[in-house]
Amino acid sequence: MTAESKLLTMRDAIARHVPSGSMVLLGAQLEQMIPFAAGHELIRQSRRDLTLVGPISDILFDQLIGAGCVSRVMAAWVGNVSAGVGYCFRRAVERSIPRRLEVVDYSNFTMALALHAGALGVPFLPTYATLGSDLLKKNGNLREFSSPVSEEKLVAVRALRPDVAILHVQRSDAQGNAHIWGSLGVAVDGARAARKVIVVAEEIVEPSVIASDPNHTLIPGFLVAAVVHEPGGAHPSPVQGYCGRDHAFFTEYHERTRRLEDFEGWLARWVVQVTDRTEYWKHLGVARVQALAVKEHAFSAPADFGY
Amino acid sequence: MARSEANLAARGYTFGELMVAAAAREIGDGELVFVGVRLPMLAFVVARRTHAPRAVGLFENGVLRETPSTELLYTMGDPPNLRGATQCGAMLDVMGLLQQGRVDVGFLGAAEVDRFGNLNTTWGYRNKERQRLPGSGGACDIACLARRTIVLLAHDRARLCDRVGHITSPGFGNGEGWRRAQGLPPASGPSAIITTLGVLRFGHDGEAFLAAVHPGISVVEVLANTGWTLRVADELMETEPPSDAELSVMRELDPNRFWTR
Repeated sequence: MTAESKLLTMRDAIARHVPSGSMVLLGAQLEQMIPFAAGHELIRQSRRDLTLVGPISDILFDQLIGAGCVSRVMAAWVGNVSAGVGYCFRRAVERSIPRRLEVVDYSNFTMALALHAGALGVPFLPTYATLGSDLLKKNGNLREFSSPVSEEKLVAVRALRPDVAILHVQRSDAQGNAHIWGSLGVAVDGARAARKVIVVAEEIVEPSVIASDPNHTLIPGFLVAAVVHEPGGAHPSPVQGYCGRDHAFFTEYHERTRRLEDFEGWLARWVVQVTDRTEYWKHLGVARVQALAVKEHAFSAPADFGY
Repeated sequence: MARSEANLAARGYTFGELMVAAAAREIGDGELVFVGVRLPMLAFVVARRTHAPRAVGLFENGVLRETPSTELLYTMGDPPNLRGATQCGAMLDVMGLLQQGRVDVGFLGAAEVDRFGNLNTTWGYRNKERQRLPGSGGACDIACLARRTIVLLAHDRARLCDRVGHITSPGFGNGEGWRRAQGLPPASGPSAIITTLGVLRFGHDGEAFLAAVHPGISVVEVLANTGWTLRVADELMETEPPSDAELSVMRELDPNRFWTR
């Protein structure tokens, strides 16, 4: 029996599965495999009132905020990991430019627990993290309580169930059974906590390739609503085994988004006036693309599933 | 940073390199270390290759390393930090170790730190205007749960302040007993603040004191650049300059001093 393919273009996947007002999980694998191509499509399709969820996101959250797509951010860290602050984030929080932004501050651990609770189907999970902090005072999804089994105070982290998780992966079959390796972050819990998943894959492979190493299948296809074949869709973030990190791109973004008018120019050049990822890659130029290619492969030893 | 270059010319190392060496010495052999990037990443490598060859590094993305990356990292998710890792797990795997109390040392940076070691990375205050900063990341978790927390930052009066405007990551709150009253684990809390001028440690009352000054730095200069009346240790030390072995590790990894200028 062959299941129906879930392959869609990025444009169709975003059009069909991420309406305005959605709660969207992005950047689950922290600095790796950030779904920039999907984020740029959200901007081109003028989504509004999104709630962004994720531990850090690097500069993708900043871009979506600057483009006016976002009304709320639930995250542990919003900025530019290798270069510093995110100027669009700052403008939105400090001056409501381009619009007012609600920020719900988490720590990485409490964000991971919120998604884990969502993945487990329980309303909250307990932790000692954030006790004594102002995060606990200001984030209504973190509530202090007395342990029912010991004489201790704990924090209840309320479960999060994003409407959609967009996850960049190394390889997937056409049904969305996906292999991820390297930086996992909160990807496994994120996929299970979300009501639907969009998988963005470097490679589309036969189901037999996925089944050859089921320990690497971190997203089962039945959770997946759409599969997008978008090699390089995580640029400038890295994908282990496929693409390096374009450090200079992050630095350039930092320098060229300090002023609002410069950000608008950056957004036009890299997102709005770019029709799709193929054009984006042409825009980057051959030299830059070659510099990001894997220089030296390092394949893992095969695991024997025989008996 | 001109001054750091002058220091390099006069003494053969930058303030950044001195801070990395001081941070590396906070790591004991065999300890489990929550690393992070920038200076602490270099400190972990220096420690591993000098006095702490069995230290194990943890990263928030789920990576556990027994052998440090041999390339300079800009983020913990850089491909060289994953290749050759001992384990690439989920974030909850490393956070679980932290919450169990197994992590000996965690390193943190901060926009502001106060006299009780509380950290702020959420709101900055410049020219009387509030500036939104990136936020906690994993800093709050590490500050709450690591057995010892080491803070690294440039020493100036605005950043070493009497009380932080926002507690992103708790230190000793308002003093002795505060952490226990909040419900934080008994064996946890700030251990040292390593700055460009010296090293601060904490008394039993939870208040920071000046434990060491860096070579060429006077106590007067440290006090003038601290936003509260800083106590000074009876037996004030001078920070040991980075050794040749420590410097060679740093410079092999970061030849252009991207992180240690």
